[in-house]
Amino acid sequence: MTAAGSTLGGMEYAFEARGLVKRYGKTTALAGLDLSAPQGTVLGVLGPNGAGKTTAVRILATLLRPDEGRAFVGGLDAVKDAAKVRRLIGLTGQYASVDEDLTGMQNLVLIGQLLDLRKSEAIARATELLGEFGLAEAGARQAKTYSGGMRRRLDLAASLVGRPDVIYLDEPTTGLDPSKRDDVWNIVRGLVKDGVTVLLTTQYLEEADALADEITVVDHGRSIAHGTPAQLKQIVGGQTILARPADPARLAETEAILTGVSGRPAESPSRGVVTVPVDGDAQFTEAVARLAQAGVSVTELSLRLPSLDEVFFTLTGQRATDEEAA
Amino acid sequence: MTTTTLSPVQPPKPAPTRAQPRPFGLVRHSLALARRSLIKTIRTPEQLLDVTLQPIIFVVLFVFLLGGAIAGDTHQYLQFLLPAILVQTVVFASVATGVSLNTDLKKGVFDRFRSLPIGRSAPLIGSVLGDLIRYVVATLSLAICGLVLGFDLVNGIVPALAAVVMTIAFAFCLSWAFVLLGMVLREPGAVQGVAFLTMFPLTFGTGMMAPVDTLPGWLQSWVQINPVAHAMEAARGLMIGGPVASHVVWVAAWGVGLLAVFAPLAVRAYRRRT
Repeated sequence: MTAAGSTLGGMEYAFEARGLVKRYGKTTALAGLDLSAPQGTVLGVLGPNGAGKTTAVRILATLLRPDEGRAFVGGLDAVKDAAKVRRLIGLTGQYASVDEDLTGMQNLVLIGQLLDLRKSEAIARATELLGEFGLAEAGARQAKTYSGGMRRRLDLAASLVGRPDVIYLDEPTTGLDPSKRDDVWNIVRGLVKDGVTVLLTTQYLEEADALADEITVVDHGRSIAHGTPAQLKQIVGGQTILARPADPARLAETEAILTGVSGRPAESPSRGVVTVPVDGDAQFTEAVARLAQAGVSVTELSLRLPSLDEVFFTLTGQRATDEEAA
Repeated sequence: MTTTTLSPVQPPKPAPTRAQPRPFGLVRHSLALARRSLIKTIRTPEQLLDVTLQPIIFVVLFVFLLGGAIAGDTHQYLQFLLPAILVQTVVFASVATGVSLNTDLKKGVFDRFRSLPIGRSAPLIGSVLGDLIRYVVATLSLAICGLVLGFDLVNGIVPALAAVVMTIAFAFCLSWAFVLLGMVLREPGAVQGVAFLTMFPLTFGTGMMAPVDTLPGWLQSWVQINPVAHAMEAARGLMIGGPVASHVVWVAAWGVGLLAVFAPLAVRAYRRRT
């Protein structure tokens, strides 16, 4: 039904951006970025601050015109058919974009009315969403009295009023504490179950890994890697064991044990801590056993995904934080 | 068609009320956004402090400071001044829409409006309409002040109301110039500054405080083309007697002209601002 979308790719993409370029004076925000996701999937866009994630979202959300390249949503051109595209999308920005002076209810009803719902329909939809997002009681209060997590949920609810096919979540968990972050993650999983396509930008590999079907790593306005989370983890070396011996004097010994387990050199990125890349859970179990055998007690021992910083170091040879400063 | 599709066949989604476009969208959307603006004003009534106090300050100041010197009698001067202060106050109040929009634009909620299928002008029209409350509050405050000081509605209430309606309609048209400023300039302070610079010749370069025939020739020429001066004379004519029609024609012509020029420019500037 969306034949227009196939002018670019053969597959049925919910959204598709090809060769996006956006310049601000001398700064190039996007330098030929490609992004796409099949219907009902989550695309994670992973990158540091200033990589161009938000610019790409704004183009796909019709808020910004690209200087070059094209963006399609549901087969419709985001520039030429912007008005139609706006009926298909929901946007949740990096900063909660609700009106603080209005109540939760008033915020959602307003958006319903702007989406051409009749007043009674808008109220019904708002009530339904407030209930779903655990805001039923807070609905009559001004949004400025909400906690950070509640505000973020209201923001998410606001982007769902029109039952969009595609929803853009621009760093939806930035600044949230872990339990609130899990709430947002569960909401996203629920959306996907309903067949919604999600574009999620994030600075955390952990978040992209937890939610995304595919991940595009963005740096300096272009894609530097794309694949499923599993593929990406293979490129960047899967998981890492981190150990902190209780006795700092046994650091070298810990390092030797972990090197032995992994077969790759362990390093000590900060004082008193040893890290080593490993291929899977089995090596973690082995590390635990060998440390116990040697009688090395630890105050911290974890198996974790590489941080964004490590992903970037592997992919570009540069620290992500260096670019943030620019 | 024999094309193979790679994506799995989706079960048809139960399609609940996905809203369909309905007619008169721009009117409905603008009114919904005007209501938002009104709710915000009611929630923070201190926003109305300026329009409440300003007419009182001006009337009291001018009547007792200058009344004796200019008219020889404060009551007579009140009769002369008050219709003009009505126009001055309401015209002054029209600056605020541009200033508050300039602040509002930087908030995420305007991004959300822009991502919705509504007319690009709806958020601007909504704000301008919502700020009509400011004109009404300014008028009420002035009316109470006038009553307390003993202003005589020589021609009765209906012509006075007509003067109010004319003034508010003109301020509505003029406010689009300040909306444009709000779209073009970066900081609310700059909007306020530039707007007030234009406000002084517009409101004081008039026969507000002294009869026009006492002014030097070059200033009289300005008064003759200044729409605010005409609005003041029309308001005077309606409330205490004097020529009305010729002044109203000037006001209407200027009002339509300002609206026709500045409203499209403001919407265009809003579209370009990202």
